[in-house]
Amino acid sequence: MTRIKPAKGWAAINLSELWEYRDLLYFLTWRDVKVRYKQTAIGVAWVLLQPLALMGIFTLFFGRLAKIPSDGIPYPVFALAGVLPWQLFSRTITDSTDSLITDQRLITKVYFPRLFVPTASSLAALIDFGISMVLLFLFMFFMRTRLEATILWLPVFVMLMVITALGVGYWLAALNVEYRDVMYTVPFLNQVWMFITPVVYPSSLVPARWRLVYGLNPMVSVVEGFRWCLFGVGSGPSPMLFFSAAISLALFASGILWFRNRERTFVDSLG
Amino acid sequence: MSDIAIRAVGLSKKYRIGQRVKYKALRDVVAGAVGAPMRWLRRGSQEPKEPERSIWALKDVSFDIGHGETVGIIGRNGAGKSTLLKLLSRITAPSSGEARIFGRVGSLLEVGTGFHPELTGRENIFLNGAILGMRKREIERKLDEIIDFAEIEKFIDTPVKHYSSGMYVRLAFSVAAHLEPEILVVDEVLAVGDIGFQKKCLGKLSDISSEGRTVLLVSHNLSAVSRLCRKAFWIDGGQLNLVGTAGEVVGAYLAHGRSHTGEARWNYEEAPGDDRVRLRAVRIVDGDGETSHVLDNTHPFFVELEYDLLRDLSGFQIGFWLLTAEGTTVFVSGDREDVEGAAGLRMRGRYTSRCKVPGFLLNSGEYSLSAASDMRGSEIIFVKENALGFTIELTQIPLHSQARPSGILSMPLEWKISKEQGG
Repeated sequence: MTRIKPAKGWAAINLSELWEYRDLLYFLTWRDVKVRYKQTAIGVAWVLLQPLALMGIFTLFFGRLAKIPSDGIPYPVFALAGVLPWQLFSRTITDSTDSLITDQRLITKVYFPRLFVPTASSLAALIDFGISMVLLFLFMFFMRTRLEATILWLPVFVMLMVITALGVGYWLAALNVEYRDVMYTVPFLNQVWMFITPVVYPSSLVPARWRLVYGLNPMVSVVEGFRWCLFGVGSGPSPMLFFSAAISLALFASGILWFRNRERTFVDSLG
Repeated sequence: MSDIAIRAVGLSKKYRIGQRVKYKALRDVVAGAVGAPMRWLRRGSQEPKEPERSIWALKDVSFDIGHGETVGIIGRNGAGKSTLLKLLSRITAPSSGEARIFGRVGSLLEVGTGFHPELTGRENIFLNGAILGMRKREIERKLDEIIDFAEIEKFIDTPVKHYSSGMYVRLAFSVAAHLEPEILVVDEVLAVGDIGFQKKCLGKLSDISSEGRTVLLVSHNLSAVSRLCRKAFWIDGGQLNLVGTAGEVVGAYLAHGRSHTGEARWNYEEAPGDDRVRLRAVRIVDGDGETSHVLDNTHPFFVELEYDLLRDLSGFQIGFWLLTAEGTTVFVSGDREDVEGAAGLRMRGRYTSRCKVPGFLLNSGEYSLSAASDMRGSEIIFVKENALGFTIELTQIPLHSQARPSGILSMPLEWKISKEQGG
């Protein structure tokens, strides 16, 4: 039995419903991936081209000219290992912010778990991330970077990364339905957030007394941890990591709750 | 286990005026928050709080629908029909009241939502099916049937952006029709596609209801409602105006909207139409040239459609159709049947298209006349449902029958009686 009642109080997450609709999540992700490259001339090559170009530029300006240290790893590989998780995060928040508006015709006409719309955006970004990881491993091979046993931790950090991105994505997606300003704020947010995340520089550059504040940004631990897995440099699982993992989880949980709370009236704002 | 499929208790939905068209900008909220303490300080001496501007799209609607019932929902545009369906299919939440639904709901509020133009027909079947709540395996199982019903085998691997609108609609309806919900909610989908396909859709719907599933159908097609549904709701001004058998409700709805003068006129602002055509009046004129709404079955009468063409148009036609009080379509006719008058270009100006309906044709009873116009039989310009009602009185009952003969038509037909040789 389904009860239809006014949107008051907090809606619980209906896991059985999400499970029932699981194929939809697959098809929405598949649509996002497929459609993105269907009309482009070089198709999936974009997935590799973008991080490569960023890596080149960062290596030239930050590595060569500004001589920013890179924890003893060749700077190009160091930068690429920062660019890839960062791109996953930034693509997820950009795409999920717009996702409900892009699919508004769908949302105003059919009921299905709306949570899947921004989730599919982030899964599509995750697939791109997976493809571009091959590039990173190739670079590591050619640069003769040794793989450490810490690589076994990689799935944990990828998970943490996805959870953080999803959490922020849910918040922004739900807010953007009611306040379209969000859409215009996101590119700016993206730029600022990249500079407070150790993408082009190692976090060891940040003075010790600022570390705590710096660590409030969960992406710091994600990128740091990512490099630790790959190269065995910097800090692995530490109190700070658990602290930022807690922040990520809080973002994720609150994002879902907020989204669930607002989704019952999305349609009234979408028109 | 009850045999109730849907139970609604006091279901209401309020919209703030403008809410559906305009989203808030963050700055308004920020400005509101900053301004609030100031207003609070000046409270008392200042203007009273502006009353909240809102409308009830649906107000206090309660009903029960049993399993296996087919219910038609009728009413004017904006009466709240679509809002009711949106609530029942969980697209939006009610403002107060609640509904309980026992069974899986499939809703078909618009055909082809969720189709992506870049994807092929086959790919869209999967995407759309999943959106409507089907599992992948279920879609795979029905794939051939869906393609078959839509009649697009040849183009199934072509991106749907290359489809004609007819193909698009056929595919979309086909996917939705193969969903097997216990409760199917359908809104106006019958208004699309060509006549042949519309028939097919109606047939499919009647199959679904005869399989014992619950169907809720919102439609302007009153004859579809009375044919498919056993029960009907008439919604007016957000409230349930009448519940009863489809025949009763459709009849009451028609009687209510009917004018009693034999003529309906519209001023320019309210006239049905657009920037090309405005329907100004619909009239029924009897054999004596008098406007009337009560007609004698033995005499011909005339239907006059008076309209303004605001531009020169070619391929334009205007026409009307008649419904019986039970909502059965009697016939449809358009002025393109006047080969000379309708051929080619019609220059802008005021026109009257007049159609003669012969005597000894219609049986006695109440009839409803709806007017519409279109371009080359494709693009519909306007549809004015139930523009006018009239009554046919039987003054000359065929043969010696006492009562009203049954049937829609009542005409003298030629008979010959002959005795077989040697019989």
